[in-house]
Amino acid sequence: MTALLRVENLVKHYAPGQGLLSRLLGQKPRMVQALNGVSLEIRAGETLGLIGESGCGKSTFGRAILRLHEPTSGSVRFGGTDVLALDPAALKAMRRRMQIIFQNPYASLNPRKTVAQILAQPLRLHGLASGAELQERVRAMLAHVGLRPSHAERYPHQFSGGQRQRIGIARALILNPEFVVCDEPVSALDVSIQAQIIELLARLKRELGLTYLFISHDIAVIGYVSDRVAVMYLGEIVETGPARAVLHAPQHPYTKALMSAVPGGGAEDRVRLLGDLPSPMDPPPGCRFHTRCGFATDLCRSTVPPQRALQGERMVACHHFPETPP
Amino acid sequence: MTEPLLEITDLRVAFHARHGKVRAVDGVSLTVAPGECLGIVGESGSGKSVTFAAVMGLIRPPGRIEAGRIRFAGRDLVGLDAASYRQLRGRDIAMTLQDAQTSLNPALTVGTQIIEVLAAHGEGNARARAVEMMTMVGIPAAERRLGDYPHQFSGGMRQRMMVAIALSCRPKLLIADEPTTALDVTIQAQVLELIASIRAKLGMSVVLITHDLGVVADYCDRVAVMYAGQIVEAGRTADIIGSPRHPYTEGLLASVPDLHNLDRPIRPIEGQVPDLIDLPPGCRFLPRCPKARPDCAKPVPMRAVGEGRNVRCVLT
Ligand SMILES: Nc1ncnc2c1ncn2[C@@H]1O[C@H](COP(=O)(O)OP(=O)(O)OP(=O)(O)O)[C@@H](O)[C@H]1O
Ligand SMILES: Nc1ncnc2c1ncn2[C@@H]1O[C@H](COP(=O)(O)OP(=O)(O)O)[C@@H](O)[C@H]1O
Ligand code: SF4
Ligand code: SF4
Ligand SMILES: [Mg+2]
Ligand SMILES: [Mg+2]
Repeated sequence: MTALLRVENLVKHYAPGQGLLSRLLGQKPRMVQALNGVSLEIRAGETLGLIGESGCGKSTFGRAILRLHEPTSGSVRFGGTDVLALDPAALKAMRRRMQIIFQNPYASLNPRKTVAQILAQPLRLHGLASGAELQERVRAMLAHVGLRPSHAERYPHQFSGGQRQRIGIARALILNPEFVVCDEPVSALDVSIQAQIIELLARLKRELGLTYLFISHDIAVIGYVSDRVAVMYLGEIVETGPARAVLHAPQHPYTKALMSAVPGGGAEDRVRLLGDLPSPMDPPPGCRFHTRCGFATDLCRSTVPPQRALQGERMVACHHFPETPP
Repeated sequence: MTEPLLEITDLRVAFHARHGKVRAVDGVSLTVAPGECLGIVGESGSGKSVTFAAVMGLIRPPGRIEAGRIRFAGRDLVGLDAASYRQLRGRDIAMTLQDAQTSLNPALTVGTQIIEVLAAHGEGNARARAVEMMTMVGIPAAERRLGDYPHQFSGGMRQRMMVAIALSCRPKLLIADEPTTALDVTIQAQVLELIASIRAKLGMSVVLITHDLGVVADYCDRVAVMYAGQIVEAGRTADIIGSPRHPYTEGLLASVPDLHNLDRPIRPIEGQVPDLIDLPPGCRFLPRCPKARPDCAKPVPMRAVGEGRNVRCVLT
């Protein structure tokens, strides 16, 4: 299958606000190593689910590939184009094809603009439509996401959380993108509303032929929407593969711990994680997971594990698992 | 049957807002037996937190308990004077709030905060006991971390710190309000297992407020499902999750994906939660219910259907 998006060795370091004391002492600021060489491929027409604990770098990845946050190094190719080499004008044109939906629909909508204005803005910005055609596209998009024509003249605060997320989706899709990053699109919503939005995203994907990167900390949701999944830990990918295979038969010790913590499977025989997530400013050497892994050896503490390809299009980055790689 | 530790009868709590009266809790009855874990599930705004704020004596104007009885260990709590309530809170009933980020005081060290609670309840060696509690909730090097401020802890550690403070006086009842909603599944499992193990050790009762049915399935003996200020179904966890009787419970179960059964299609509940002002007298789920009939527009009482099970629906 062809890769729509190919990411290689993507690195993103953030410079944290430096404390006064360390500045006086002339210390170099310690960087937050949010992404540490991520390679992933997203195939045309698929949904790739990205899971991992809070702060592991999921949103950073979603933003870095769209250059909403400029990556530190690495390469991002979208349909053959080198995204990181684009000049501002070319990047703007590329953004039509790559869009993002955020977790908090309220914070991401301008409270002083009506829904019609919010949806018209990207079309105007890109000079794609005006006048009657613009009105028609806005109306059609509202219908597409399950809002009524009368909603067009209302302001964001006049909507429920689920409806606001529909507006956020409409805004991302009005430019007819091919690829959409969905960053926790249902996490802020009530359970009964989550299912409405999951269904909507699935229907739009079918109707518009979209490709999704779907970020969520809810593993059941990821299992439900994804064709393949990638598991991230402290800015690195530790396991990838077909969604069912990875979620039902995880191989990496971290993925195993994550799966066994999902509620609903009984509280017995959990694979427990030791301690807390280390700081991304000071990640452990060797395998980044070794401080919390029950199987860590000296090798794990000193040497970065290789990414091993397994049968069935799977990858696991671990020295010791699976014990007998096929 | 043993005497319940907590018994709430026909509780009504309303908030007086500019545009009308918000009936946040409207006729809630429930019991918690000694040593039992009761789950409370429902969407946000369904009245879960307000119900237990009433138990804790924490309803402040414009809110008011309009009717109902709350009995705890043989005492009536509605109308109890402030001094008696202060004694009861912390010593007999403890509650961890939904948002641990804001319920720890950012200006005080965690040590000061837990020692304060212990000292207020006449614990002799408060410092040693604080270290013991923090160690029990899995905070490494507890002695050294007494001097840390809340922002120096991770989200999961702050939540466990809340549990440590809540449990430090060995309450008979712990009310845990969404103790894990903001946490990762890994940390969520740690906090819930901590609560479960302490419950087993101390024989305390637990009310676990959550919107996650998986959490209920793993940890609760019984569950009450709330919708728009009322309990719509209550009973043994296995019965309710295995064979829901109320259309809202059915809808809720059908709308969440299940990692262990990904082939089951999910089915959303159409529409949205009603506004709690000026509610019509009939079933509150009527506008969203696929099984609604004409008589659903009349008031629908709670009915007992079999052992320890109650359903509020004309179909049962
Ligand atoms: N603008 C920024 N400046 C400095 N550090 C940042 C910035 N944005 C993110 N970080 C840090 O980078 C790391 C990864 O953050 P990111 O937001 O990508 O995590 P995430 O996996 O999306 O987490 P969550 O599940 O909580 O959304 C974290 O340690 C975070 O604190
Ligand atoms: N202090 C308050 N003032 C006004 N209304 C309130 C207050 N606290 C809660 N409410 C309302 O009471 C209802 C139930 O709230 P709550 O018990 O917090 O729900 P949840 O089930 O999410 O815990 C909601 O409609 C909420 O807006
Ligand atoms: S490489 Fe070692 S420490 Fe890392 S996950 Fe594998 S066994 Fe655990
Ligand atoms: S009483 Fe009627 S509307 Fe309400 S849940 Fe039952 S069938 Fe549905
Ligand atoms: Mg994020
Ligand atoms: Mg609440």
